[in-house]
Amino acid sequence: MSRPVLEVRDLKKIYGTGETTVHALRGVSLTVERGDYAAIMGSSGSGKSTLMNILGALDVPSSGSYLLDGVDVSRLSDGQLALARNRLIGFIFQAFNLIPRTTAVANVELPLAYAGVKPKERRRRAMQALDVVGLADRAGHEPNQLSGGQQQRVAVARALVTEPSLLLADEPTGNLDSKSTADVLQVFDDLSAAGRTIVIITHEDEVSARAKRLIRLVDGAIVTDVRQKRRHA
Amino acid sequence: MSLLEVVRFALRGLSANKLRSSLTMLGILIGVAAVILLVAVGNGSAKAVSDRIEALGTNTITVMSTGRSSAGLTTGIAKALDDPVLAPDIRSISPVVSASTTLTYEGAEHEVSTFVGTTPAWFNASSTPVGAGSAFTQDDVDQGRRVVVIGQTVAEELFPGTDPIDEQVTVGGALFTIIGVLDQKSSTGFQDSNDTAVAPLTAVQQVLTGYGALTSIIVEAAAPDRVDAVQGQVSTILDQKLDVSSSSSSTPYRIQNASSLLETQTETAETFTTLLGAVAAISLLVGGIGITNIMLVTVTERTREIGIRKALGAPRRVVLTQFLIEATLLSVIGGALGVAAALIGSRFEIVGVKPVIMPSSIGLAVGVSIAIGLFFGGLPAARAARLRPIDALRYE
Repeated sequence: MSRPVLEVRDLKKIYGTGETTVHALRGVSLTVERGDYAAIMGSSGSGKSTLMNILGALDVPSSGSYLLDGVDVSRLSDGQLALARNRLIGFIFQAFNLIPRTTAVANVELPLAYAGVKPKERRRRAMQALDVVGLADRAGHEPNQLSGGQQQRVAVARALVTEPSLLLADEPTGNLDSKSTADVLQVFDDLSAAGRTIVIITHEDEVSARAKRLIRLVDGAIVTDVRQKRRHA
Repeated sequence: MSLLEVVRFALRGLSANKLRSSLTMLGILIGVAAVILLVAVGNGSAKAVSDRIEALGTNTITVMSTGRSSAGLTTGIAKALDDPVLAPDIRSISPVVSASTTLTYEGAEHEVSTFVGTTPAWFNASSTPVGAGSAFTQDDVDQGRRVVVIGQTVAEELFPGTDPIDEQVTVGGALFTIIGVLDQKSSTGFQDSNDTAVAPLTAVQQVLTGYGALTSIIVEAAAPDRVDAVQGQVSTILDQKLDVSSSSSSTPYRIQNASSLLETQTETAETFTTLLGAVAAISLLVGGIGITNIMLVTVTERTREIGIRKALGAPRRVVLTQFLIEATLLSVIGGALGVAAALIGSRFEIVGVKPVIMPSSIGLAVGVSIAIGLFFGGLPAARAARLRPIDALRYE
């Protein structure tokens, strides 16, 4: 078996000091294999966003190890971290986080630009990624000309355009109506079927029900981690 | 990632916020243009003053009667100055009488502020060449012929569209024949230096002023560096002729030296330029604070964008370079437009002064605005680029 995409051991994150200390994560261990589709569920304050930020290399843990594609992330320098975020991770945010007043295709091209891909090749791959999420005809639109669901699909295209080992989604449907939610989830289903590794954070059962694996987080620790039969919409 | 790519990012960043970008540039533009123009106005007025004095002739001195003793400067005194032994450095002496009077031609009247009576040497000594026609001669002076050379303003007023030469005008009840028109003279003072008429000394004395004291005597030195020597020689002769005791502090005459006048006037003008420059520097400073403010707001507002870019894998160096280039472009374009505005503005007269651009002020203004833009655009950008992406993303 190949090495896991993601392997964390005894991950702890502590905010503040003294009496105001908050233990956001109390020793989380987790392994995600290639091609897996995992949903992490938990109520507000369960530490799921903290976990997501650490997995996305946006934040650093207080203790514990984190191997991303076999690389120990905690030992990376700032420049290497930027490289890891660029090549290994595709991050999808709840708030979409598209660059304002910049066209959809330019937004999708951005990670490729940072990866040093030539403009022509960049445009081709960005259009391909937009095609995957079904928005090739909206390539020239700016974020404020797109609906929430379309913006999130652009964000998904941006996350997968670099062919990352891991797609991380933090409450991707949190700001969407049910129609847009269905659209975005369909995109995730298709990507999973195409062999992508996806980790998604949510508190909606509708979203978690479509994952292959369900992890429940309570007070900064994993309480259940089960394989589940996928329910298709 | 190549630099060209980063420049393209910066351009896209600027064009994504057109209003803010153009307002920032406007701030820089005004600051830079104000400095260049104000200094140019100061410089221009200094130049105007020195031009005006140079037009008087820098190698002449003017002896003026102080007016207390009416028997001060006379034609006899003027003749006495023409002494190759006592005053070897004098080239020419022009006794001058002047009065304001009215010229009449076929019912049209024109008030001339300075009707000058003098000798032919005056035209050269006072740098007032004759344009059309000719000047009068020593013979005209000796014979007291009533001929006159008029200034441009007089010619335009009395003879619109016609040739004034050989026409006759009435001055103080006597007829004068116009024999020439003076060249256009740059008029920078309150007085129109083209509103004049020049006639032989004897004729003017006979008709207008009488044979009393002269208004002044213009003495031309042989060379500009002999002016001070001439001044000494003239005062020696005058003291002797007018019986001024060496102990007496007041003399019945006053000697005006154009080059010393030029010196003091230039000093005054330089003070004026410095003053304007200081005012302009303050406006540049205020403009600079404006740039700083907008740069700070821009970067603060875009901290979230910096977070997004970092989450997508942008190295710190690329983010920083992008913002530095944006700041540089804003300052450089704004500065260039400011220079252009100043250059255009300097083609017009401002409060009666033709501005003269000082190249050093351009360098200074543009340099300072770029430095301000870079420093205050770069500093917050560097701070934001150092943030962990998650902190930048959460930034509100």
